[in-house]
Amino acid sequence: MTMRADEIVYPTEAGLYCAPGDFYIDPLRPVARALVTHGHADHARPGHGAVLATRQTLEIMAIRYGEEFTASRQIADGPIRIGQTTVSFHPAGHVLGSAQILIVPDKGPRILISGDYCRVPNPVCAPWEPVPCDILITEATFGLPIFRHPDPMAEARRLIASMAEFPDRPHLVGAYALGKAQRVIALARAAGHAAPIAIHGALKRLCDYHAEQGIDLGPLVAATEPATKPNPADHDTAQLVLAPPSAFASPWVQRFRDPVLCYASGWMTVRARARQRGIELPLVISDHVDWPQLTATIRELAPTEVWITHGAEDGLLRWCEIEGFAARPLRLIGYEDEPE
Amino acid sequence: MKAFARLLERLAFTPGRNSKLTILSHYFGTTPDPDRGYALAALTGTLDLRQVSASVLKRLASDRVDEQLFRLSYDFVGDLAETIALIWPAGAATGSQAETGAGVSVAQAVNLLNGTGKLALSGVIADLLDRLSPPERLALLKLATGNLRVGVSARLTRSALAMGTQRRVEEIEEIWHGLSPPFQPLFDWLDGGPRPDPAPAPFRPVMLSTPVTPAELAPLDPRDFIAEWKWDGIRVQAVSEQGIRKLYSRTGEEIGAAFPDIIEAMTFDGAVDGELLVRRGDEIAPFSDLQKRLGRKQVSRVLLRSHPAALRLYDILTWQGEDLRPLPLAQRRARLEAAGIDSPRIDLSPLLPFDDWNALAQLRAAPPVPQIEGVMIKRRDAPYLAGRPRGPWFKWKQDPMLVDAVLLYAQSGHGKRSGFYSDFTFGLWDGADLVPVGKAYFGFTDEELRELDRFVRKNTVQRFGPVRQLAPKLVVEVAFEGLNPSPRHRSGIAMRFPRIARIRWDKPAAEADRLTSLKGML
Ligand SMILES: [Zn+2]
Ligand SMILES: [Zn+2]
Repeated sequence: MTMRADEIVYPTEAGLYCAPGDFYIDPLRPVARALVTHGHADHARPGHGAVLATRQTLEIMAIRYGEEFTASRQIADGPIRIGQTTVSFHPAGHVLGSAQILIVPDKGPRILISGDYCRVPNPVCAPWEPVPCDILITEATFGLPIFRHPDPMAEARRLIASMAEFPDRPHLVGAYALGKAQRVIALARAAGHAAPIAIHGALKRLCDYHAEQGIDLGPLVAATEPATKPNPADHDTAQLVLAPPSAFASPWVQRFRDPVLCYASGWMTVRARARQRGIELPLVISDHVDWPQLTATIRELAPTEVWITHGAEDGLLRWCEIEGFAARPLRLIGYEDEPE
Repeated sequence: MKAFARLLERLAFTPGRNSKLTILSHYFGTTPDPDRGYALAALTGTLDLRQVSASVLKRLASDRVDEQLFRLSYDFVGDLAETIALIWPAGAATGSQAETGAGVSVAQAVNLLNGTGKLALSGVIADLLDRLSPPERLALLKLATGNLRVGVSARLTRSALAMGTQRRVEEIEEIWHGLSPPFQPLFDWLDGGPRPDPAPAPFRPVMLSTPVTPAELAPLDPRDFIAEWKWDGIRVQAVSEQGIRKLYSRTGEEIGAAFPDIIEAMTFDGAVDGELLVRRGDEIAPFSDLQKRLGRKQVSRVLLRSHPAALRLYDILTWQGEDLRPLPLAQRRARLEAAGIDSPRIDLSPLLPFDDWNALAQLRAAPPVPQIEGVMIKRRDAPYLAGRPRGPWFKWKQDPMLVDAVLLYAQSGHGKRSGFYSDFTFGLWDGADLVPVGKAYFGFTDEELRELDRFVRKNTVQRFGPVRQLAPKLVVEVAFEGLNPSPRHRSGIAMRFPRIARIRWDKPAAEADRLTSLKGML
């Protein structure tokens, strides 16, 4: 007998659960068996009995949590039988190692869990692939029609132009340690910035890992100049500095003289968000689908049903209603608003 | 339009004055005519466009976007123009490459907005929005609603214009009022062309003073100087030439519309420099009374009667066609007295008799009325010079008022103070509560910055975005120049030019001043 989709996959306290396979996807608390879409901390947590993920996601988890982050691990490679399902991982274009997970039950509809995904080419990870499915379980971080991310190269050029306009002011770019930081670096390189880029200590291990994976980030130096050093123009210190956004609120910033605070995030579309953080140069660079990509994905995959995990679900639900797609919110909590 | 949109965006997010100047000056240096001229007009408030109301904009959006999606988006963004700029459907298929903006110039946009009747206006705007990228749409909507909100004054804009040219901002101000958008003759002149003729009754850049201390005065010969009161009003220039009458602020903005009583009293032919005040009979009113008259497009007859304006003259710049500015002050003063300007609303600021600096110090310490901020000391032999030359004119202000207040909130600063918690809100005791009374930054040395920053980080009790609420522990001595009643503030009063004079690490918070004692100084 064929199972209904909502008997196969449904939300539980520990996260999204697949009954015929007896596993969780991106669980929020320790479980016996977890399938992890990507290495961001709100999706990949330590302490599970077994983790199935892409090789890179497993390695990133080991870097973040230590080799003991799970009792056993398995690299997702090709279709894998779990219980009465076959699962497979497909590139999501979000960050290095990120994947969409397709669940094909022995009896029942094909269910695709998008994870976080992005369809704009990104030099630091494999591009998103369309995966035909009956049920699309998607994120909706930017599920409002105001979110139309500009060409990331144009944003990188704005950054470079600002550095030329203010050659004496260091440019501090707030960017998350996994994915965003490396992407900003790669974009700056593509926009012609060849000089060494300084990185905050919290970014080092993941930048090193990207380089090991064959992603060329160019010369990186540690942003450890003491506070007494004057203008970067007088010394050969890097003018472009990357740091996790949280560093902007810490005394670490004080070592830079008259810095231009920049922040690379899809949220920078909205001025109030930039102003709230005291950002002088907002850069709209996002690793999530924007509204046009999100709606195009639904149109192209044309699933019989759309389930929305987290984000601005009201906007996307309304769009599905207008366009005639059956949709429902899962209202999963625990996935942060902005591990962007 | 692209460059203009980028300009507005950068200015809106850039707090530093110098950085703003750099951004503006680069824009003027790289943008072709007439676009830069229209941008200049927009930034100096001289672009007179028919303004589009919020309800027209809302209707525009509802024609294009699902109402529910629009409402959700507006709730998220919080600003109508910004919401429309972002949500407006792009022509491009995916929109993620929405860098269309197929060549609408600022000039074209301005001309379209200007040349379109009220009924056709919303159609024209919709049409323009279709052709623009999101940042350009926002720039267009800001033009159309007449609200740029980029934190740039007309003066700062003109200063940026002067940068990198042979001209000083004062020279630009001198001809400014004869010019109109898109300012082609102005740009030609800055590029080395002929000087545009000033309009009749032009503004002449004013002469400003520098602060002075008793120690700096001591070596100077008092006989070389005259002294007069520094009145607590607004420095203005009243120009009545060739039948045209204009009242200018000291930065050259026209403020005559708010002061028809002054304009009416300007029956002379010349340009004079003085203080604008509210005066009832012989009695000068507090500054807050003058504030009620400022910034208006029209003044009611009731307000004209209850808050009558007056001019108190310091100097004379031209008289019946003759430029008196090259004359020494002593001669100008004689010409001013001889001019016989005769109006109940205009009088001369008296000269103060003094033989030595001590005598002047005594006058300064006990002014006859409270609406005096100190004394002005001016060299007898100095011509009237534009700008703030150091030496000919000094201001010797009253000692500031002081209170001991408690630090309540902190925010990080900009520029040199970047990353340091150095912008503070402080308060005074009102019963058992501390009521905020003002804001100021502090930290002039690296040592001070570090000490305070450490204090803030250790004593944060709550965070609201970038603002930290502090445990009410640290007392600071706040100096300020005066007080105004202000219903907008919870304390009921607003300080003028508050600054943190020093930190009282030694003083317990309970011993800080009370709000009632501040009110007593009013
Ligand atoms: Zn993610
Ligand atoms: Zn996520």
